[in-house]
Amino acid sequence: MSEWWTYAPSDFLMFSPRVYYRLFESYNLSFWPVAVVSLALGVAIFLLLLRPTRAGHRIILAILGVLWIFVAWAFFWERYASINWGAAYVAPVFGLQAIALMWTSAVRGKTKFVATRALPDVVALALFLFSVIGYPFVAAVMGRPWLSAEIFGLAPDPTALATLALLALAHGGMRWPLLIIPLLWCLLSGLTLWTMEAGDFFVAPVGALSAMAIAVIRARRQSRT
Amino acid sequence: MQTRRNILQGALAATAAAGLAPLAGWAQIGAPLTRPIPSTGEPLPLVGLGTWITFNVGNDTELQNESAAVMAAFFQAGGRLIDSSPMYGSSQPTIGYGLKKLDYPKALFSAEKVWISNPASGPEQIERSRALWGVPRFDLLQVHNLLSWERHLPALLAMKAAGKLRYVGITTSEGRRHGDIERIMASQPIDFVQVTYNILDREVERRILPLATERKIAVIINRPFREGELIRRFQRRPLPTWVAETGASSWAQFILKFIISHPAVSCAIPATTRVDHVRENIAAASGLLPDGALRARMADYARA
Repeated sequence: MSEWWTYAPSDFLMFSPRVYYRLFESYNLSFWPVAVVSLALGVAIFLLLLRPTRAGHRIILAILGVLWIFVAWAFFWERYASINWGAAYVAPVFGLQAIALMWTSAVRGKTKFVATRALPDVVALALFLFSVIGYPFVAAVMGRPWLSAEIFGLAPDPTALATLALLALAHGGMRWPLLIIPLLWCLLSGLTLWTMEAGDFFVAPVGALSAMAIAVIRARRQSRT
Repeated sequence: MQTRRNILQGALAATAAAGLAPLAGWAQIGAPLTRPIPSTGEPLPLVGLGTWITFNVGNDTELQNESAAVMAAFFQAGGRLIDSSPMYGSSQPTIGYGLKKLDYPKALFSAEKVWISNPASGPEQIERSRALWGVPRFDLLQVHNLLSWERHLPALLAMKAAGKLRYVGITTSEGRRHGDIERIMASQPIDFVQVTYNILDREVERRILPLATERKIAVIINRPFREGELIRRFQRRPLPTWVAETGASSWAQFILKFIISHPAVSCAIPATTRVDHVRENIAAASGLLPDGALRARMADYARA
């Protein structure tokens, strides 16, 4: 792209907010049974965090992997790509994250999720719960229809944010490389919403950066012990 | 003080001074004003229909029907030129949906673009675009944002020579690569150039519009409202009463009349999702067009 410095983020926004949110409405209507399953899986992950076992760690990663591949296919490839050709390129990136999560679950087996009562851990848990339970309410709070809610396991933002919150609680394995794609997505999504002048543009980026801060704080704490 | 008579005389004088034919649609009541495409003399209404963002509605049937209604109102009001690009998401299938619903209006002047880095893939992309529109051939194909223009342009000119295309053009927007645009206009046998021009973004008046007149190249104007920003900005102020002479009754018409009153401009392509707005836009190409003095006054008012 020549004269790239002359382009603003708004030059890349190729759809209107109305079209964007109606896309979520029709997507949720098509896949509402998946929403029930994904919310149940979110609760299951939370329970596995409270009672950690070796199998539990692997199951958490496997669940995340399945949800990421679903978002890659159902949201990016099947839906979002119809109004944003860039989504067709994001879909394989989400697929790559899914493969990395499942590979970490099945092969590496060294990643453990440890939540104590220390403040950073509590914040990470709260962030995860917000991603699963709170995120669907954001649409209504912003005055949009309930049907346009973004749901963990279906929509990319809550899925990426929940993943970051969980990885902030992780020890060992590939947790740092696994943080990259969800972090970049949350920042990109925030930029898109900001360009659309959506009032909730900050939710995913602030949540993602908070999760990163927690991951760093915990890593430094571990290195001292 | 401006009167109807001197505004009309001014518009005609500006047209004659630019070496262009007079406004062919002047006498047609209800039909939009037209200006001939310099390379052929074919009359083209001064207002067309853009599709960036507005027609990118995905597979949403309700919104596809809204777009089809906009197209129906556009053709009903005498509009012809619809402009799109492979870059515009689902705009092409939305146009195809509308055209099919309207039984492919004969008035359609289809303006498309080729937008792909690999020149070898150009013909495939053009064929895909054509199938999405559902038309036998395009009237105009433009090299979008000059992407790989060195290879695309000869291919488009060859298509034109073979009768598979009527007109060839190039595009840019927001003032980018004007140097290249000028060089191509001066050296290549193109029929159309598409640039950004509005009451605040007037750089093309210095070199590109005069060059277009000199080289007999038609000019399509994109971003006439800066994606609605100009209307939102001006709406805080009252529409000056002195533009009533031209028949402009809204800020959209004020802005469009300023653009299309430049004698080198062939067609402005505002985009909209609303039937009332498309009618309002087309109506800007009726009544009188401002002369040089009134254009200057309009520009001063817009800048103030």
